[in-house]
Amino acid sequence: MEGLWSLALAVFQMWMFVVVFLIMLPAMFGLSLGVTGVYIQMLVHVLEWATLRIQRGRQEQPGVPIPLPSGIIERAGGSLEEQMEQLRRAHSLAGSEFALSDAFFFYKKGLESIVDDQVTQRFSSEELASWNLLTRTNQNFHYISLRLTIIWGLGVVIRYGVLFPLRITLAVIGLTWLVIGTTLVGILPESRAKSWLSEVVHLTCYRICARGLSATIQYHNKENRPQKGGICVSNHTTPIDVVILANDGCYAMVGQVHGGLMGVIQRSMVRSCPHVWFERSEMKDRHAVTSRLRAHVAAKTKLPILIFPEGTCINNTSVMMFKKGSFEIGGTIHPVAIKYDPRFGDAFWNSSKHNMVSYLLRMMTSWAIVVNVWYLPAMTLQDGEDAVQFANRVKSAIAHQGGLLDLDWDGGLKRGKVKDSFKEEQQKMYSSIIVGHKISSTSRERE
Amino acid sequence: MGSRASTLLREEEIEEIKKETGFSHSQITRLYSRFTSLDKGENGTLSREDFQRIPELAINPLGDRIINAFFPEGEDQVNFRGFMRTLAHFRPIEDNEKNKNATTSEPLNSRTNKLLFAFRLYDLDRDDKISRDELLQVLRMMVGVNISDEQLGSIADRTIQEADTNGDNSISFNEFIKVLEKVDVEQKMSIRFLH
Repeated sequence: MEGLWSLALAVFQMWMFVVVFLIMLPAMFGLSLGVTGVYIQMLVHVLEWATLRIQRGRQEQPGVPIPLPSGIIERAGGSLEEQMEQLRRAHSLAGSEFALSDAFFFYKKGLESIVDDQVTQRFSSEELASWNLLTRTNQNFHYISLRLTIIWGLGVVIRYGVLFPLRITLAVIGLTWLVIGTTLVGILPESRAKSWLSEVVHLTCYRICARGLSATIQYHNKENRPQKGGICVSNHTTPIDVVILANDGCYAMVGQVHGGLMGVIQRSMVRSCPHVWFERSEMKDRHAVTSRLRAHVAAKTKLPILIFPEGTCINNTSVMMFKKGSFEIGGTIHPVAIKYDPRFGDAFWNSSKHNMVSYLLRMMTSWAIVVNVWYLPAMTLQDGEDAVQFANRVKSAIAHQGGLLDLDWDGGLKRGKVKDSFKEEQQKMYSSIIVGHKISSTSRERE
Repeated sequence: MGSRASTLLREEEIEEIKKETGFSHSQITRLYSRFTSLDKGENGTLSREDFQRIPELAINPLGDRIINAFFPEGEDQVNFRGFMRTLAHFRPIEDNEKNKNATTSEPLNSRTNKLLFAFRLYDLDRDDKISRDELLQVLRMMVGVNISDEQLGSIADRTIQEADTNGDNSISFNEFIKVLEKVDVEQKMSIRFLH
């Protein structure tokens, strides 16, 4: 019995030694021993091999369906008006302004959106081109070969047996450090030393947390990093976005007050650093939000504000409508594009399906987080541009840089209903087409 | 995730749907995972609300009529079989299907069936006739508030006049077919499903 105890103690000591000296300390100073790099390299090779095996398996058993990342159907291109015009021209409607076959257009459009629409699938996990050997993504893939199954089994052992305990230890240390550190710094009187210490605490624990998720982050164009007094806007996939960005600099965060684990972290962070948290009810009062943010930006010495103008997590395939609020504040906008590599794990937080803790557990049992961050050149409001146009311009720039689909739809549709005004616009479009014909025919009569 | 669900679709079921609708094996599994992702109640059927949650459909002026096409009279749930049967009307007509002998029953995506499907969009009370009133209602859905009652009335009158051959001031299915004789229904009522 005693022997067992001392053995367990020895193992625990070993474990903590490895965690503290080989991972945590280097991480705190932003160093890397290169282990993660080698691990990722190996993973890439394994996944490439698996893809080949799956492709071969598919040729042998034709029953295995081929996943189509591009969707289920092929749609006609062009705007609504163009398509409608084309349709009408095709059956040469002389004289009459309405044809019974006009309904076909809406019918087809409707059916297409039932089979495959642009919006709802942005709120569920992205489909992979090939299985990444995680059980949870094994949607349309079936048993293919023994070797593949063995590799998958090995993966399970490594992910759950080695990586997961390691990551949990790191995350617990990181988060505890964050809560304790920021609380301690919060006691200090306002001074330059305080904000410096606060930055150190934030930076070190974010680095530890990033290790806890085996995050490999590639920052591009560091010269465009957000500056003090500016506003950093980025596309939003998961709360981890914050950890990813904060590994390379400090931000003042803006967001809603959460409950649970997130709430504890938020409350302690605000003590040392001027983050801006809003109650849900306050959030509705857009005017109050804007004025608080404006005050923050006006003090040029404060950390850049970090905002996710989509207002909700999107599944890493597209950028959805940017709410105009953050673009009305004024000041310089520093756009940032974040794109996760879906092969190593699905970073999207589907908040209607998983709570924060179970999401984090999923992340910690994935292969890794591999992510690219692009800092884009600062942008400002141009002459004659309103906030909405500016927001769209920034959104397009981010989508273009990150290789994401640029959508105009509101991410709020995840929970809310679509506004009637959009339907009215369609009706207006159609009306103008059938009335337009009439107008042109009467004007011809007049000539 | 559609993962476990797609394995719940039994092989025999896929075969039956294949026979009935003409969709391929992989199309069926893909559409099944779409079906399950729309099925927020997770009970294997879709309700009208499940459809209305698709924003692009919600803004479609004829959205409600289209959704209605999925529900047989008096029912408010549709299962995967029924879902596929409705979608099958929009499969393109393939060359090998055109020359099928007449003895086999007509496929769901034939020209006549596509037209019948479109006809029912206008035939609100399912009495196999499009009355002036029904046509007006559908027109109103399409144009919203942008066209006056008077103008819309004259559009409806003219449309019925053009189609009506037996003078009952409504459009029967046969009259409907005749009016749309020259329209490329095969193309306009087809969606290109990827294989």
